[in-house]
Amino acid sequence: MAKEKKGVRLDHISKIYKDPKTKKDFYAVHDTSLTIEPGSFVTLLGPSGCGKTTTLRMIAGFESPDEGEIYLGEEPINALTPNKRDTAMVFQSYALLPHYNIFDNVAYGLKLRKMDKATIQKKVTDILALVGLEGMEARMTNQLSGGQQQRVALAHALVPEPGVLLFDKPLSNLDAKLRVSMRTEIRRIQQEAGITAVYVTHDQSEAMAISDRIIIMEKGVVAQMGTPQEIYYHPTSEFVADFIGEANFLRGKACQSSGGKTVVEVEGNKIELPGSLPVGKDCTLVLRPEGAVVADAGQLPCTVTLSCFMGSYQNYHAMVGNTLVKITDFNPKNKKIYEVGDKAFIAFEPESVHVLAGG
Amino acid sequence: MAGKQGASLDRQKFFADPILVTTIVVLIAFLTLFILYPLAILLVDSFVTDKGFTLDVFRRIMGMHNFRTAITNTLRVGFLVGILSALIGLLFAYVEVYVKLRTAFMGGLFKVVSMLPVVSPPFVLSLSMIMLFGKAGIITRFLLHIYDNNVYGFWGIAIVQTMTFFPVCYMMMRGLLKNIDPSLEEAARDMGASRWKVFTTVTLPLVLPGLGNAFLVTFIESIADFANPMIIGGSYDTLATTIYLQITGAYDKEGASAMAVVLLCITLIMFIAQKYWLEAKSTATLSGKASRQRMLITDRSVTVPLTILCSLMALFVIMMYICVPFGALFKTWGYDFHLTTKWFNQVFVRYKGLKAFKDSFMLSLIASPITALLSMIISYLVVKRNFKTKGFIEAVSMLAMAVPGTVLGIGYIRGFSAGVFRTGFLKSLYGTGAILVIVFIVRSLPTGTRSGISALRQIDKSIEESAYDMGADSFKVFMTVTLPLIKDSFLSGLVTAFVRSITAISAIILLVTPQFLLITVQINEFAEKGSYGIACAFATILIAITYASVLLMNLVIKFFGTSRTITES
Repeated sequence: MAKEKKGVRLDHISKIYKDPKTKKDFYAVHDTSLTIEPGSFVTLLGPSGCGKTTTLRMIAGFESPDEGEIYLGEEPINALTPNKRDTAMVFQSYALLPHYNIFDNVAYGLKLRKMDKATIQKKVTDILALVGLEGMEARMTNQLSGGQQQRVALAHALVPEPGVLLFDKPLSNLDAKLRVSMRTEIRRIQQEAGITAVYVTHDQSEAMAISDRIIIMEKGVVAQMGTPQEIYYHPTSEFVADFIGEANFLRGKACQSSGGKTVVEVEGNKIELPGSLPVGKDCTLVLRPEGAVVADAGQLPCTVTLSCFMGSYQNYHAMVGNTLVKITDFNPKNKKIYEVGDKAFIAFEPESVHVLAGG
Repeated sequence: MAGKQGASLDRQKFFADPILVTTIVVLIAFLTLFILYPLAILLVDSFVTDKGFTLDVFRRIMGMHNFRTAITNTLRVGFLVGILSALIGLLFAYVEVYVKLRTAFMGGLFKVVSMLPVVSPPFVLSLSMIMLFGKAGIITRFLLHIYDNNVYGFWGIAIVQTMTFFPVCYMMMRGLLKNIDPSLEEAARDMGASRWKVFTTVTLPLVLPGLGNAFLVTFIESIADFANPMIIGGSYDTLATTIYLQITGAYDKEGASAMAVVLLCITLIMFIAQKYWLEAKSTATLSGKASRQRMLITDRSVTVPLTILCSLMALFVIMMYICVPFGALFKTWGYDFHLTTKWFNQVFVRYKGLKAFKDSFMLSLIASPITALLSMIISYLVVKRNFKTKGFIEAVSMLAMAVPGTVLGIGYIRGFSAGVFRTGFLKSLYGTGAILVIVFIVRSLPTGTRSGISALRQIDKSIEESAYDMGADSFKVFMTVTLPLIKDSFLSGLVTAFVRSITAISAIILLVTPQFLLITVQINEFAEKGSYGIACAFATILIAITYASVLLMNLVIKFFGTSRTITES
């Protein structure tokens, strides 16, 4: 695609809705500023009602922001209607026209741009090849499987070469296996087309697999943005840590800090961690279930309360004082298995603990 | 207020679409001028006289004995017809949905009955009622040898209206019954309840709001009905006929206006009750599709009596319709049963039948595409778009459903005979074919809009959003996405509008000028005079036209409809 890639910039965007029951205004999106680099794949992730879809629909133009300005490239687009914006959306329900065949569905946007027949023919054929639907031009939409319909929707959005491609939970109507293969497909196609993509989902593994950057939203505000690794390993809040993957939270207090090391007291046990923290302050340790094991020796003494064989891993629940810690111990075949009631220790690399200030 | 920017941006985007804005402005002007204004002028007329604001006119009409009687008459008939139609409708629906019908013949009967309200001109049943049960009626005089049977009056109207309106109730109840999840009833059966117990404790409570809804809809129809009371009412006057006589007989325009206001108030109250109270209830309790096929009742002690009852009623209704063409073929009804074509001859030779058919046909043919398109546009705007005056457009186009034709007719006379607000503006419209076409449109608009709205609600909003997002403006979206998707609804709206127009009488009879001969007005005239042969000949041809157009529609939908291309895989 020869066309220039466009970035998207949201400058202090807010959207206010009226609650139908209480008649009170509330912020669906509040003072959100984002920059989406040209050509990158960015995912808006969050629980339902966090404002991610509203943000996407504001970029598309279906909703108008109550505060702030949206830029597409350098151009402010607040006042433009959706049909005048250089964006194309892939909808959750695919939104294919049931009275058109595949060719006409894909060609719809091109016909609106009054291109000549030969160009349309070529572009549609090319794009159908890209999404893997060669030779299906004459089929009707109801003769396709869900995954194929999704490909048509993608082709339909890609073919007019929009500056930005928007995805509104495109895979949520597909079954689990197809979801996994389609997300790889979408990523591949986006890379080949070299197009800027903004993707909305509530599925964290989808977000991790597909994105260059993830933006986590909570109650209308951005909770954190960063690469999938940044967000997974260095969450800035318990919400983010909990939403992306699974996490154990251990309340602690820093008792001494020197030479780039800090000793933290957790449930009466002292653990040494890298980094420095203000002495005497509360903190929270984030420990991923796969970042620790149950062992005969380790940092935290515990009692096993659940031990469950899951095939590829052994699933443990262990009590450390009054805190429940979940642990997944991978490849348990040749390891010692602890039973419920066993006294043991939780062992982990100090580097795999992420420390959040506050408790 | 922080929400202002969003609102003003929405406004900017809205005005960026000139076709949409123009459409809405034109629509509002049309609705205001041809629905709201005529009703408003009635209010003005009946409250404001030379002496300023006064209740004199109302005092005067309420002092009229015949007007007071007309009110009680109308309500009595409406009440009875409402109850009877709702119950018979329920019976038919129940038998169709719950009882195993043995023969294809029964299925056919039910289909015919559900078709009848679509194709039937309003007064056909009154004609055949008189011909079957009147003084010279075949059944009363020749079979039962009763020579002085009086079909005119309360019972005549009630029976004829019930037979005219119950098929509508039947269709409404059928939809409701089909939506009941059979497992609810099976659970009750499983607990040991008898069939009758299941009906009274499960089925009936579930459809009760719907039954109330059917009752009110029929009540409104009955009150607004003009043609049947006119022909078979005799001296039993209802509001619609009294108003008609007040303006055509007594030339009392103020009085007629005030009476029309009274009639309008009654139907409006009923309409509002139906719309906001029962309609919401009757859809909220029953939603979603039935989970499984229902086990049909095969118990002979249930099926046989119910089937016989329904067949008898259906056959009776069908016989009434069949009676009409024979009325046109017999030499003298009730005395001389030799077949003749003299009535048809007279229709065409002596009474300018050809012109009547041409006028009726042409005016309806002009009105129906406009109506169909207009109602689709209104549905599109109401369902798919968001703008400030949307509530107004929806309310006014639905309001038209509650306005009896007679009231609208009086409103047009008062509103346009001397121009808008008696200024002479649009005065030239009065007495032309254009105003008849407008009346046709206004009268059929609500039904079309309603079916359009329900068709559009089933279409995923994102299909249109997607097209909009791809660069299509509102007009393009409507033409390439919306209209093709509701093509079936559009086509049936087209034919419904045509049939409704060509069979309309109540408003038209007040507005028609001698330069136009309309079939319905002719039928009414000859039936009034007692020339049933000619009335029947006119009616037969009218039925033939309406039936043919419905058949044509079904054919067109079958071969070009959207549902075919979508469902066929």
